[in-house]
Amino acid sequence: MSMNSIRDTFFEECEELLEALVEGLSAMEENAEDMDVVNAVFRSVHSIKGGAGAFGLNRLVGFAHIFETVMDKVRSQEIKVDEELMLLFHRSGDQLADLVEAARDDREPDAESEAAIIKELDAHLGDQPEEEDFDFAAVTLDFDAPQIDLPEADAGPSLRRFNIRFKPTAALYANGHEPLLLFDALAELGTLSVKADLSGVPDFDAFDPDSAVLDWTLALDTSEDETVLHEVFEFVDSLCDLEISVDEAALPDVEMLPEPQSMAEAHGTPDPAMASPPPETRPAPDAKMTEPSQKSASKQVAPSRDEPRGPKPTLRVDLDRVDRLINTVGELIINQAMISQRIEELELPAVAHLTNELEAYKLLARDIQEGVMAIRAQPVKPLFQRMSRIVREASEATGKKSKLITVGDSTEVDKTVIERLADPLTHMVRNAVDHGLESPEKRVEAGKEAIGTIRLSASHRSGSVFIEIADDGAGLNRPRILEKGIEKGLVPPDTELSDQEIDNLLFMPGFSTASEVSNLSGRGVGMDVVKNAVAALGGRVSITTSPGSGTTFTIVLPLTLAVMDGFVISIADQTMVIPIASIIETIRPSRRDLHCIGTDGEVISVRGSYVPIVDVARNLGLSGGARDINGGVLLLVSTEGQGLTALRVGAIHDQRQVVIKSLESNYGAIPGVSAATILGDGKIALILDPDELVKLHPGLHYSPPASPPRMELRHA
Amino acid sequence: MLDVTEAPTETQFEFITFSSGEQSFCLEITQIREIRRWTPVTKLPHTPADVLGVMNLRGAVIPIFDLAARFGFGETPDNERNVVIVAAAGGTTIGLLVESVSEILSVAKSAIQETPDIKSEAARQAILGVISVGENMVRVVNLDAVLVNDMGGGV
Amino acid sequence: MTTKVLAIDDSRTIRNLLRVSLEGAGFEYHSASDGVEGVEQFSEVEPDVVITDINMPNLDGFGVIESLRKGPNRTTVPIIVLTTESGQDLKTRAREAGATGWIVKPFDDASLVSVLRRLTGHAV
Repeated sequence: MSMNSIRDTFFEECEELLEALVEGLSAMEENAEDMDVVNAVFRSVHSIKGGAGAFGLNRLVGFAHIFETVMDKVRSQEIKVDEELMLLFHRSGDQLADLVEAARDDREPDAESEAAIIKELDAHLGDQPEEEDFDFAAVTLDFDAPQIDLPEADAGPSLRRFNIRFKPTAALYANGHEPLLLFDALAELGTLSVKADLSGVPDFDAFDPDSAVLDWTLALDTSEDETVLHEVFEFVDSLCDLEISVDEAALPDVEMLPEPQSMAEAHGTPDPAMASPPPETRPAPDAKMTEPSQKSASKQVAPSRDEPRGPKPTLRVDLDRVDRLINTVGELIINQAMISQRIEELELPAVAHLTNELEAYKLLARDIQEGVMAIRAQPVKPLFQRMSRIVREASEATGKKSKLITVGDSTEVDKTVIERLADPLTHMVRNAVDHGLESPEKRVEAGKEAIGTIRLSASHRSGSVFIEIADDGAGLNRPRILEKGIEKGLVPPDTELSDQEIDNLLFMPGFSTASEVSNLSGRGVGMDVVKNAVAALGGRVSITTSPGSGTTFTIVLPLTLAVMDGFVISIADQTMVIPIASIIETIRPSRRDLHCIGTDGEVISVRGSYVPIVDVARNLGLSGGARDINGGVLLLVSTEGQGLTALRVGAIHDQRQVVIKSLESNYGAIPGVSAATILGDGKIALILDPDELVKLHPGLHYSPPASPPRMELRHA
Repeated sequence: MLDVTEAPTETQFEFITFSSGEQSFCLEITQIREIRRWTPVTKLPHTPADVLGVMNLRGAVIPIFDLAARFGFGETPDNERNVVIVAAAGGTTIGLLVESVSEILSVAKSAIQETPDIKSEAARQAILGVISVGENMVRVVNLDAVLVNDMGGGV
Repeated sequence: MTTKVLAIDDSRTIRNLLRVSLEGAGFEYHSASDGVEGVEQFSEVEPDVVITDINMPNLDGFGVIESLRKGPNRTTVPIIVLTTESGQDLKTRAREAGATGWIVKPFDDASLVSVLRRLTGHAV
């Protein structure tokens, strides 16, 4: 394991710790008295500090230390947690996350916000002795001191004799110390002689192995300073009686000693000059006190059995490998479809076995595919947790009070989806606070709690992922939205729009402009960008609102980006696929349900209401003028732009799972088409996008755009 | 100082020559992934005439262009010798329908001449240079330009 | 005979660092990620020296030391506290619990190794 990969794991661990921190802080909001929770929060910060120290990330260490110190005061119940302090903790957590990120990316973090938070944290430390910080910084150096301190250069190595009287207590042995090893350390400093005073040794019968009985007198001739001697005894300080004095009388005429401790250090063997205690002074029996032979070095790296237990074992895999595997499994599914088709074409006599085997093969292929996709699936929890910061910041910026509730954060979604959902979700959550919630005063007036609630939920439903962002605010102000839509020229004046159509104005490009973007949603992104981002993931956004009680945005996403269930249909002379998820029902129309409107318009009556019919082939510019009003099948879909629509297709051939192949990577976007797939016969079939399809107006004789979609060369 | 002498053998570049719209073109061999017989493709709606459709190349969906149409010579006439040259540039893989493939040309860099000063901006961009082969002039196709620019053909 | 070290720390990063330092210096390295696991591991591994963190879930470092010194193990192997804490009161507490030594993180490889060698008397 290289230093770099340890560093990587450190930052990975930081992510986990920061998650735990956010979680802990939310738990503290519920109950700040719960010491288990406070301890966990403390530990998260503390562990980040510890790891950061190892990598010399001093700013991170410094900040974590102050944060931790305040948390420690909560832990020791010196300070009480109030709402204000809780908020400070949250902000400190955010700051810590920023510092971790900056350290990971080797960036300079924003000093201003850090300084501000440090100041506030400091305020909670009260008249803490200044040395607290000082002490901390100094100690990191302290540690090296005993080993590294060299004799003062100008003082020169003048030899002195120290007389040492050392009387260990029983606790010294109990704490795992061994006098002989201390003497070894002393011997490394110079020439040592050791004498034991056995007078305290009781009769054998009265011997208590736990009591200390020996008194030692040592003489050390060394050029080291007295403080170095004390450092040798540092750990046993207070576990023994220790007297160190300089023997002024004895000026040993000894030649220069070898560089202290260097031999033992450099060779990893005991200093040969070390004065072993004379045999008769051997003290209390102790298994550890064997001959130096035990010290024979074995440099072999022992096989390690690290991490035998712990949480779930995990395996880190290069994402590329997973994606290659997913691609291969995609091929497997296509291959399976091909084989099925070929066998079908053979028109073998009903050999039940073969059919069963084929079916089993298909199920296995699906199992593998699901299993592989699960590798890419991750819980939305970290994404949701990030939103708590957004809610907090948005509340602060707007002077509103709000809290975030998350539901279903263990719901797993494809990794790419999570990554690409971060920005849209951030924007929507900000909007929910900024535009959705009322001011605390207004809320109280309306008989609501002053604190607004943003509810973020995730769930799996019928093969899709649902993510909802709900606020308990005033609901959409439709007259105002319509007014603005007209103002911006998005809809002509005097237009009659349904409620749904008015709501959907929010998604129109150009609806939100700089003038109404408040200082926090002010990133120049409107809901149209959100909608496009979600659409790019194969999903859609919808709104429900009820006046006085709030607005909910619902994002529906496909479970995976790689496969989907579709109907294989024919359009003109081509085979295409339409996502089953978009289809409400299929209708084989009877003549009396079909009606013409004007020369071109066609509707079908579905349970009493008239639904416009869109001829798919015509919208795609595939068939000529002639069309058979009786032919074909209608697929009832719900589209954003046009509500319920019936899509006329030639025929439905099959229902199957298809592997989605991007068209955009080698070509570009094609109106009405979301992607392509490869069918059993190896041919490519286009996958239709009903929402876009209905927008292609046949009446306009949709011709290739002036600047046709072209490949955008991705310059490497 | 280094004693520089003219290298006795200059690095040779290999090109595959083909005809499109009754003119000779070539592409550097390193840009070509494979050459395939023409098979019907899946048409794409709302695309210019030079975009023939998409083809399955071992699981990847690649667009096929009619090079003649893209250069503005009109559609490539149906012919048994029609082939699709699969080429890659900048991470994008495409297929180019051409009338027929001729030969492999191996020339030194010095044999590639600058494109003669012609009026058509589009043509100048699409051609990197020309190589003279006997009486024939072979145009070196700038694949990047074919990929990015609207060649003025099609539509 | 190699010297066996048992490191108890809830930080994966610190465990990784210790492992690299100690295995590199020829120790046989074992680790545990919390106090309870550490005490369990102690009986299993029978280490020559223990390194323990203070702030840990389940059982903190003081608990570990007490349980090793006064529990059924009643061990006298050196137990070194490795922590970012440096307060004297905490040091005193650790000593009272039976800690052998105290090292402040971030630790220096060479110093840590020399302390371990000094305490175990093994040249490793």
